[in-house]
Amino acid sequence: MKALLVGEYRHGKLLETTYELLSFAGQLGAESAMVLIGSEAQAPSFSGKLYLAPVAKYGEYNPDLHKKLVLEAVAKENPDYIVFVHSSYGWDLAPRVAAALKAGQVSEVVALAEGKFEVTCCNAKLRRSVAPRTAKTVVTIQAGAFNLQEEPQGTPQLEHLELAESTGKVEFLGYEAAVQKEVDLTRAEVIVSAGRGIGKKENVPVVAALAKALGGELGASRPVVDAGWVPHSHQVGTTGQTVNPKLYVACGISGAIQHLAGMKKADFIVAINKDKDAPIGEIADVLVVADVMQFLPAWTARCA
Amino acid sequence: MKILVCIKQVPDMESRFKLNSEGTWYDENDLAFRMNEYDEYAVEQAVQLKEQLGGEPEITILSIGPNRVVEAIKKALAMGGDRGVHIQDDKYYQKDPWQIAQAIAAYAGTQNYDLIFTGMQSQDRGSAQVGVTIAEELGFACATTLVGFAYDSGTITVKRELEGGSKGVAKLKLPALVTCQLGLNTPRYPTLPNIMKAKKKEILALPMADLLKETELTATEKMYPPAKRGGGIVIEGELASQLDRLVGILKDKTTVLRAA
Repeated sequence: MKALLVGEYRHGKLLETTYELLSFAGQLGAESAMVLIGSEAQAPSFSGKLYLAPVAKYGEYNPDLHKKLVLEAVAKENPDYIVFVHSSYGWDLAPRVAAALKAGQVSEVVALAEGKFEVTCCNAKLRRSVAPRTAKTVVTIQAGAFNLQEEPQGTPQLEHLELAESTGKVEFLGYEAAVQKEVDLTRAEVIVSAGRGIGKKENVPVVAALAKALGGELGASRPVVDAGWVPHSHQVGTTGQTVNPKLYVACGISGAIQHLAGMKKADFIVAINKDKDAPIGEIADVLVVADVMQFLPAWTARCA
Repeated sequence: MKILVCIKQVPDMESRFKLNSEGTWYDENDLAFRMNEYDEYAVEQAVQLKEQLGGEPEITILSIGPNRVVEAIKKALAMGGDRGVHIQDDKYYQKDPWQIAQAIAAYAGTQNYDLIFTGMQSQDRGSAQVGVTIAEELGFACATTLVGFAYDSGTITVKRELEGGSKGVAKLKLPALVTCQLGLNTPRYPTLPNIMKAKKKEILALPMADLLKETELTATEKMYPPAKRGGGIVIEGELASQLDRLVGILKDKTTVLRAA
C-alpha cells in the first residue's frame, strides 16, 4: 500500500503540519512518498521519495498548477492514497486532484477504524465511518488528529517535477498579515471566553467581569467575533490565538473543532453550557450544566 | 451577468441528534432546519454584487433535498435572489459530495453562469468538496474560504482566510466559483415586503434522477455519537450547590488562587 503525501509550504517555510501526514501514513500502514511545491533548502526530514517542484516558479498558492504537479507525482508513484492536511491549502486543492482522478475523497479524517475513515459531523456531535469505493482515495486529515510520535528524521530521495505551463486560472497577489494583536492571550494564566450561548452583545460585560474577577483575560469564539460582539484580537481558535492558560472557562461555547484547536492545551477547562451534550463537554474537565447568564454573576460575586 | 448561488438546508446545530433506522444519517424528525450558515454569506455576496451592478445580474438560488428545502430557497429569494431551482431528492443524504456536485454541474452546465457562489462547507457534513468539484467540472476558476470579495469589470479580487489570521489575496477572471467563509459580509435579514415579493418568484422543480448519472465514489457506512471521554465531571442541579462544587474542584485541582 502506498500513500502520496502532499506537503505544505507557506511564507517561505515548510509547515510543521506536513509531518502529521507521515504519522497518518504510518497508522495506515502505507509506504510514504511526498510531493511538495517548496524548496530543497526546506525539504522535510523523512526516508522516502520526495517529488519537489520549485516554489519560486509555481508559487505558494496556484491551485491549477499545484493540481497538475500533484497529478504528475500520482502518475509516477501510482499511490492508493493521496493525503492532504485539511487546511486552507488542503481543502482547496484536494477536491481538484480528486475530480481529475475521479477518486473518492474523504474530508477531515480524525481517526482510522478497521480500514474505514472516521470523520466528524454536525459540529462534532456525531461521527461517520466513510468507505471509499474507488481504487485511489483522496484524504484530508484534521490538523492535530495525527500527531507525530517521534522526531522526524531521514533524508528524502529527491525527484524534481516540472510543468510545461507556468500560469493558472488563479493569480496569487500575496499575503495580508494578521491584524496586530492588542491582547496577547498566549501569556494569560486565566482566560474566560464568550460563545454564542451568551445570547447577545449586551451580555459580554458579564463575561468580562468574571475574567477580571479571576485575574484573567476575555476570550471569544469565532461566531461572537463575526457578530461584532467582541474584537478579533480576543478570538481563540484556528484563525485566532492558540492559548494554554492554567484555567480556561468556556461560557456558552458549543465547542466547534476550530475553537477546540485553539484551547485544548489549557491545563484545566471549565465549560458552562445549558446543553449537556455540547461537544465542549468532550474536552472539559468540568462541565457545569447551567444558564451562563445566571451562573457567571454568581461566580463573579463569589470571587469578590 | 448570470449568478448561481448553491445553498443547503441543515439542522440547527444546537439540536439533540438521534440516528435514523439505518444508522447512516440523523433522524430528521423533531429537528428544526435552517439555511446553512456559510451559504447565507454566499447569498448576501451575490445580492451585494447585483446591487453594485445596478440590478443587472440575475441570481438563481439552487438547493438539493426534500420539500423542506423550499423554505431555505424562499429565504434566499427574500434576501434578493431572483429565481429558485429545487433539485428534488428525499435520499439526498445517500449521495456523496461527488454526486451532489455532479448534479449541480449538470444543471449549471446548461445555464451559462458567469459566477457561482457556495458556502465553504456545510454545517452538517462539512466535507468542503462540493463547490470546488463543481468548478472543476465546469472548468471555472475557483478560490475557497473567502473573507474578502471585490468585483471590477470581469475580474474578482478575493481574500482567502488562512490559518493564524493572515489572508491570501488572489485575482481570478470570470467565469469563476468562490466558496464563502463566515464573516465575509453581514447577511441581511429579509424584510416583510421582500418576503411577500419572494412568494411570487418562480421555483423550478427538477427530479434528481434527471440530472444525476454518476454513482457514488465514497459511502457513509454508519453514523454514531463520539465515544465519551472519561474523566470530565458534569455538575448539574441547583445553582448555589453547583458553584460550591466548582469552587471546591478548582481549589483542589488548579493553582489559580482567585478562582476560589
